[in-house]
Parts: sequence; structure tokens; C-alpha cells
Amino acid sequence: MFDLLDYATLKFVWWILVGVLLMGFAITDGMDMGVGVLLPFVARTDAERRIAINTVGPHWDGNQVWLITAGGAIFAAWPAVYAAAFSGFYMAMLLVLFALFFRPVGFDYRSKIDDTLWRSAWDWGLFVSGAVPALIFGVAFGNLLQGVPFHLDDMLRSHYQGSLLTALLPLLNPFALLAGVISLGMLTVHGALWLQLRADDPVASRARKTTVALAPVVALLFLGAGVWLWFGVDGFRVVSAPPHDAASNPLAKEVARVAHAWFDIYAVVPAAKAAPVAGVLGPIVAGLLASARRPGLGFVANAFGMVGIIGSAGLSMFPFIMPSSIDPRSSLTIWDAASSHFTLTVMFVAAAILLPIVLGYTIWCYARMWGRVTADQIEAQSHSAY
Amino acid sequence: MIDPNFVALSRWQFAGTALYHFLFVPLTLGLSWLLVIMETVYVMTGKEIYKDMTRFWGKLFGINFALGVTTGLTMEFQFGTNWSYYSHYVGDVFGAPLAIEGLMAFFLESTFIGLFFLGWDKLSKRQHLAVTFFTALGSNLSALWILVANGWMQNPVGAAFSPETMRMEMKSFADVFFNPVAQVKFVHTVAAGYVTGSLFVLGISAWHILKGRDLPFMRRSFAVAVGFGLASCLSVIVLGDESGYTLGDVQKVKLAAIEAEWHTEPAPAAFTLFGLPSQDKEETEDKIQIPWLMGVIATRSLDKPVEGLSELMVDHERRIRSGMIAYDGLMKIRGGDASPQTKALFDAHAKDLGYGLLLKQFTENPAQATDAEVKAAVKTTIPTVWPLFWSFRIMVGLGFLMLFVFAAGFWLNATNRLEENRWYLWLAVLAIPAPWIACETGWFVAEFGRQPWAIGEVLPTFLATSSLTTGDLIFSLAGFLTFYTLLLVIEIFLMQKYARLGPSSLGLGRYHHETKRALTMK
Repeated sequence: MFDLLDYATLKFVWWILVGVLLMGFAITDGMDMGVGVLLPFVARTDAERRIAINTVGPHWDGNQVWLITAGGAIFAAWPAVYAAAFSGFYMAMLLVLFALFFRPVGFDYRSKIDDTLWRSAWDWGLFVSGAVPALIFGVAFGNLLQGVPFHLDDMLRSHYQGSLLTALLPLLNPFALLAGVISLGMLTVHGALWLQLRADDPVASRARKTTVALAPVVALLFLGAGVWLWFGVDGFRVVSAPPHDAASNPLAKEVARVAHAWFDIYAVVPAAKAAPVAGVLGPIVAGLLASARRPGLGFVANAFGMVGIIGSAGLSMFPFIMPSSIDPRSSLTIWDAASSHFTLTVMFVAAAILLPIVLGYTIWCYARMWGRVTADQIEAQSHSAY
Repeated sequence: MIDPNFVALSRWQFAGTALYHFLFVPLTLGLSWLLVIMETVYVMTGKEIYKDMTRFWGKLFGINFALGVTTGLTMEFQFGTNWSYYSHYVGDVFGAPLAIEGLMAFFLESTFIGLFFLGWDKLSKRQHLAVTFFTALGSNLSALWILVANGWMQNPVGAAFSPETMRMEMKSFADVFFNPVAQVKFVHTVAAGYVTGSLFVLGISAWHILKGRDLPFMRRSFAVAVGFGLASCLSVIVLGDESGYTLGDVQKVKLAAIEAEWHTEPAPAAFTLFGLPSQDKEETEDKIQIPWLMGVIATRSLDKPVEGLSELMVDHERRIRSGMIAYDGLMKIRGGDASPQTKALFDAHAKDLGYGLLLKQFTENPAQATDAEVKAAVKTTIPTVWPLFWSFRIMVGLGFLMLFVFAAGFWLNATNRLEENRWYLWLAVLAIPAPWIACETGWFVAEFGRQPWAIGEVLPTFLATSSLTTGDLIFSLAGFLTFYTLLLVIEIFLMQKYARLGPSSLGLGRYHHETKRALTMK
């Protein structure tokens, strides 16, 4: 077909694009998950809970597509990563999936039956469907940074060490759990800022107190994780590898585990330091803006913070996507886990055309539905609102 | 070595979750367009009753849609979690339509669906109609892309195997998209969805008409559904016939298995209406046949033969032996042999590599397989015939039954005799499960008929799994069984509750249960 971009450039572009999709997920669907986490706590009566739910009601489904599309893009652009990560993290993926089951039905079914037990059961369902994926996505990043126990055989089939609990429990190590708590914390803050923008009091004011208390904690934990990464986690470094535009074959390279290697990028590309700086400052500024009653700007600041936190994890590992702790040369990098030049080109064209269109109508939908959700509105639309 | 129990569990999980997902998909595909039709009438005529119709049927649509989204997530995860070698081996081709499905279709339907439910007061009439239209368009586009992906599993065109990367790679996106199997599957599948949506509205309306409730509302709903349903049902049957023709061209094994045609018959082949297929004897006993019909469906001619399974297996043996040479060449190339002779030999046999891989269930090294192993592998190149034979006949039989329901309903409605023919209204109610059974048996024919391949003639199913343990699979199957049962019970409870309640569930104060209550309160 057409050689729009050379192969090495496209591999790099797809690393950016997958990052953009994950950040898009955190900013949009992360907010819904945060609202789900906060639901049982900042909204106490049925009316308050319906207010909180209806602030994200029209949008959660579209937002969730960021996650689905990120999964699809990883499948199309990095099939080796999709294969090794989804099957390796089998138990964790199932937990995420089973938790996510409660979202569509939680939103749509909750208010269709007027019964306290029914509704509060779905409220906790929405809590689980927000908290569990938010935690586990962070845990996954925490494990990627430490390397994952898998190897590729000579047919490039991926094998993971352990099954059931022997596969799951090692994933729940202290560093990974810290990463999980950071992820849970940043999405919760994000949801709280959204509630301040769109929900009526007292939900909004409770959400403000949560933000002011929680946002600095997120910044502190992220900083702590950075220090831990420097002192306690060995990074990975490519020692020798085929050229970047070679056909994808992970087994053709040499990889070494080196202390502090996860900080290489910040020396080579000083501008990369912007990511961790944003990761620390974003939540702090968001907390300050919330206490100054400027939740709109706070929402933007926290979005920058999340981009910084996710970006830091991606940049630190560059060019690794999924390092292997038991067979370092099986590690998957952006250069050797990618699809063919042709497929990356087709997908790039599709994304370049479709993503702007998606952004356009998404903004239109938010604009049409804008406004504070009040108890009176819910009362007036009690048969149609969530 | 390959553990057959583990492979079986992986297949049960995929088949179970996919068939479960497809309980919700066809209703979404069809009902969404019925909503567009009803709302268009509302916008054009300004009659409130059509708005109420859009909102009531939209409520039932929402109850169904929620589970469609829930179970669709499983499908998105499952290629990676349970079919990881598949994902590695064909992700370069198969992943693209899936990712485009997300970008083009899922975003569209999911972004607008929330405004469909919650935007009535915030949007103008036309804006809301546009929202409904884009939701319908999004769900139908999603069917397009997933069927492009599925069509490629049946007929993997536009791609080639690369020994360097040990996977299939895309060569032509146009070939993948315009794959004839994908195109006929798409139109057949969405039309089946339209039939499902129509029969759903038809049956529930008929029930309310029988009860004498909300007659103006239900008569109009019936009229919209019966027209759309009749046109769709005719399309499904015509397009199903077109699928038969495509199969005769590219999936000969599936066609012969559906027809239980063990041996090539003189052209034009007869169509076996009923019979008892026996896998051991390789023949079908007690057949009732219609002369010529099969030959006409499959070849559109009176002189071309339809190949039987025995003859196809002779060809499979040749391809397995050719595949052994391909496998040997592949191992040499991956071992570092860069000589042009090896490459030429591999290239000459590369299209049979998949057949060589079939031997992997009997031996570690297919290149050295014995004659006995080759014979055993040949036996596995065709699917078990009787389940296909019968599922296909159930699907087709139900198709014609539904055609009768729509045609009779159309006639009775047009001549204004619907309410006096209570037998018909009961038939319409009882026929509600028919499209679901037809859809599920149809998918069974399509996917079980593809066996032993995950990707037709390229990757055997037993090689496509993840490297998990039986314990992992038992855990996940137990989880799916628990959650899916629970969700189904809840969904059916809500669906029948709201279907019975009718438009009174909108809380507008002008429908049956509300006016009745108002009367008794006086």
C-alpha cells in the first residue's frame, strides 16, 4: 500500500496512541469509576445517590469505550502484548471483568425497581465496578515495572509462571499494591471533582472535602513510589537488539536487569521529566483549586496529573511494554511486539480519521447535557432518570 | 502435549459466553431501527403516541442493551485471556477490524445511547431523532466489523504467513473487508436481528391486544413491527440462500457437513430434507431428499457437482502431507537456515502449513509423522456431522415459521381482522422465542461447522488456546456460570415486568394501569 510513515516511526507513534487511549480512559471513564467509588459515602439518601449517578448517567457508556478501544488497539498494534498480558494476568483480568459486569446493569437497572434493598445492592455493585478495576489497573502497572514472570517459547507461544492463586498472589506485592492505591486514589479524586461540578449539595460539598483531603495523599504516594522505584526496583535495559525497523521478533535481543535503569530516559530526554512533575503537581493543584471552590479548573489539573502519572510509568519503561522477570530476552518492547508495517499503517489511518470525529461528538453530547443535577429534576423524571 | 480436556473447556467457555452474548445482540440490532422508525413518525406527524411508543420500546431496549454491553466486554477480553496463541498468530489481521469496531461503532452507539434515554428534555425533536439514529447506526456498524473479523476466521483472505515473525500478516485490507463470506454474513446477521426486534414488538403487542389494553398504542406498534419484520424475514431467507452459495465456493467442508453429504453425488445434487447422519459409517440413513435443490443452491447450476466429505478428505490427506514439508521447512528457517532452496520449498507448501499443524495433536514433530498419525489427522479434518445437520434444519424451519407469522399478521392487519383472530395473536406471542433459537442455531452452524479450525485451514483450534491450566478454566467457567445465571434471571424478571406493564411504565398518567387506578380511586 502506501508508505505513509516508516516502520520505526509508526511503532513509536503507536506507543503514543496506546498511551493516549489509556489516558483518555482515565480522564473520562476514570471519572465514572471515581463516582462509583464515592457513591456509598458522599451520597446517603436515595435522592442523593440518584443525583450522583445521573451526573455520569448519560456518559458512562461512551466513556467505557476508551477502555474497550484501548484493549482493541493493543490487540491490533501489539498482538504479542495482548496475548501475553491478558492470558498471563488471567485471574486479575477475570476479577476486573467480573467487577465491570456490575456497571451497565448497575446504572440501568438500579432505579427501575423502587425497593431499598434492590437499590442499595446495585449501589454497592457500582462501588465494586469502580474500585476493583481502578485498583487492579494500577497493580498491573506496578507489576510491569518489576517485570512479569513469563517467557516465550520458540514458536512464540507465551507461558506464564503459576496458575490460580500461585499466579494471582505474587501480583499483589507491596510495590504493586502501592501503584494500585495511587490509581484508585487519582480516579477517586477525579470523580469527586466531577461531582463538585455537576451534583447539587450536599453531594458536591462532601465531594469537595474528599478532594481536599485525598488529592495531596495521591501526590505524596506517587512521589513515594518514585523513591521506591529508584532504591528498590531494578529496571531493564536493552543490551543489543535488531534495528528498530526489523520484523517483530522478541527473542532476537539481549536484555539486562540494571539498578536505576527505569530512570535512563530522564537523562537521555530531559523533557521527559515533565511527566513525573505533572504527576506530583497535578493532584496538589487540584486539591487547592477544590478548596478554593474552582472544581472546573481542579478537574483539568487532576487530568494533567493523571496524564503525568500514566506517562511516567510508560516513559520509565520505554521502550519496554512488558518486561519478563524470568527470561529477560522474552521481554516485549515497542520495537519487537508490534504488528506489521502494513497493519500499523492501516490502523494509523483509521485512528487519524476516527478519533477526531469521536472527540467532536463526545464534546457535543457533554455540552447538550451540561448543568447541575438537582433533586427536583430527579423527582420530575423519576420514571426515566437512572 | 495437547490436553484435550483443557481445549474442550476453553471451547465450552468461548462458545457459552459468545452464545450468551448473542442473546442480547440481535434485539439491539433490530429494535434500534424500529425506534428510529417510530420516532421519525413522531417528528414528522407530531403525534405524541409515537413518542410514547419510542420511549416504551426504548425502555425494553435499554434493559436488553445493558446486558449486551456487559457480555460484550467478555468477548473483548477473551481472545487474549483464553486464546492467546490465536491472538499472537493472527492479531496482525484479526485485531484491526476489532480496533476499528471500537473506534467507529462502539463509540458511536455508546456515546449517543445515554442521550437517547436521558436527553428527551435537553434536545430538540430533531436532535433526539439524530441521537436515536446514530445509536442504531453504531450498533449495526459494530455488527459489520465483528463480522469482517469473523468472516476472516472462516475464509482468511488478504493475508500471508511470515516465518520470521511466526504469524499471519495482513497484505490487503480491501480483501479482508470485502471478503465475500464477511459480506454475506453481515447482511444475513443484521437481517436476522431485524427479524428478532420485529417479532419481539409483534409478540408483546399481540399480548396486550389479547388483553384489550392500550389498543391504539399496541395496534400501531404491531403495524410498524409487522411491516419491518416481513421485509426483514424475506431478506434473511434470500441472504441465507446466498450464504449457501458462498459456502459452496469457499467452505466446502461446512456445506457438505450441513447437508450430511458423505459422497459426491452426480450433479445436480439432491437436498436432504431429513435423515440420520452416521459419522462411523460415513453415510446418512433414512433420507428424505428433494432432487436437484442442493446443486442449485450451492452452485447456481445444474451441471456442477457438490463435493462430498469422503472426497474432500482425500484432498485433506494430500494437504496434510504437503503441510509436513511446510512444517519441516519452517523449523529449518527458524533454526537459522537462510538458503534459497529451503525458502523456495517452504513457500511452495506454505498454504498447507495449517494442515501440517493438525498433526500437533498426535506428535511433537509433524515433519516426522507416521502414516497412522496422518490417517488419524485426516479424520479430524471434518466436524461432527449430526449436530450441524440438525441445527441447520431447526434454523431454516424456524425461518419459514416466522415468515408465516409475519405474512399472516401483515394480511390480517391490512384487512383489519387482527382482533377477531385470537388464534393468530396467541401464535404471535408463542413465536417470541423463535428468532433467538434460530440465531443461536445459526451461529452454532457457522462456528461448529468451522471445526477443526480456529482460522480456516490456517490455525487448528487446539493450538489456538492460552497456556493456562484446567484449574484456571474451571475457576473462570464457574465465575461466568454464576454471574451470567444471576444476570439472566434479573434481566428476564425486569423485561417481563416492564413488557406486561406496557406504556403505563412511563408514568405519563394516560395508559391502562394508571387510568384504571384513577377510576377505582373515584
